[in-house]
Amino acid sequence: MTTTAMEHSHRDDVGSRMGLWLFLFSELILFGGMFIIYAVYRFKHPEEFRLAASELDSFIGTLNTIILLTSSLTVAMSITAIQRDKKYFSMALVVTTLILALAFLVNKYFEWAHKISLGIYPQSPDLVNKPQGEILYFGLYYVMTGLHALHVIIGMVVLAVMVVFIANGKINQHTFVRLEAGGLYWHLVDIIWIFLFPLFYLIQ
Amino acid sequence: MSQPEEHQQHQAISYGRYILIWFGLIALTGATVTFAGMNLGRWIIITALSIASIKSMLVLNIFMHLKFEDRIFRIFVVVAVATLLIFISLTFFDYAFH
Repeated sequence: MTTTAMEHSHRDDVGSRMGLWLFLFSELILFGGMFIIYAVYRFKHPEEFRLAASELDSFIGTLNTIILLTSSLTVAMSITAIQRDKKYFSMALVVTTLILALAFLVNKYFEWAHKISLGIYPQSPDLVNKPQGEILYFGLYYVMTGLHALHVIIGMVVLAVMVVFIANGKINQHTFVRLEAGGLYWHLVDIIWIFLFPLFYLIQ
Repeated sequence: MSQPEEHQQHQAISYGRYILIWFGLIALTGATVTFAGMNLGRWIIITALSIASIKSMLVLNIFMHLKFEDRIFRIFVVVAVATLLIFISLTFFDYAFH
């Protein structure tokens, strides 16, 4: 009881959320730097970028967009659920998010595996013989979608911990700022994909 | 148990509102894919980025609760995005007039 009282008297939910937002801005600059590189190279090699983009499967990109948007919905709803004291529904929603995240990564795996089987991967003999613009496009494709996928994995770990916290009551109807923080991170991962998707899959 | 910090927490947002936003996001995804299929030439990048920006606004405002946060959060976001846009535009000016 005393520890609970202590926790409450030292709580600053707005400060916690703001801290997470500041972290998200550093993520924005990290990805932003890559978007600048993309923009400049695309400006220099417009035709080659278009040609290279046409080799990506826009169906799988669209499918992954829908999966990630839906995972954002379920994690947002999990906060409403915990606020309404629906503990198990909240857990089910976060677990659904994790399943969707896994589906996203499985699609990504097949997509990359297909590209690699076609001989398109960094420093591959097929790729180095292509024009400069296509090499740059696929380099950026692997680095940016790869870094994004890494964020998906980190987000899955964070959200898995949140499921445990909800289960053991550390996250509850009155104390759910951790779940909000995990959700904010997850939505950022979603927003980055919202930009990666058209830039890599739809510019043909 | 009394909750003196209650005012720091948001009111629960209804499932229906979230689902409505999700429908909007899916519809915009459909729109951007449809536009990409048309022959819009150099307008394609502008429409694609505009739609992506609208989608991001929906995620930021509703899913990330920015609409319900203190004003200082929105000011922070605007400053962060403006900084990024300045970086991008300055880099472009450098390349365009090299």
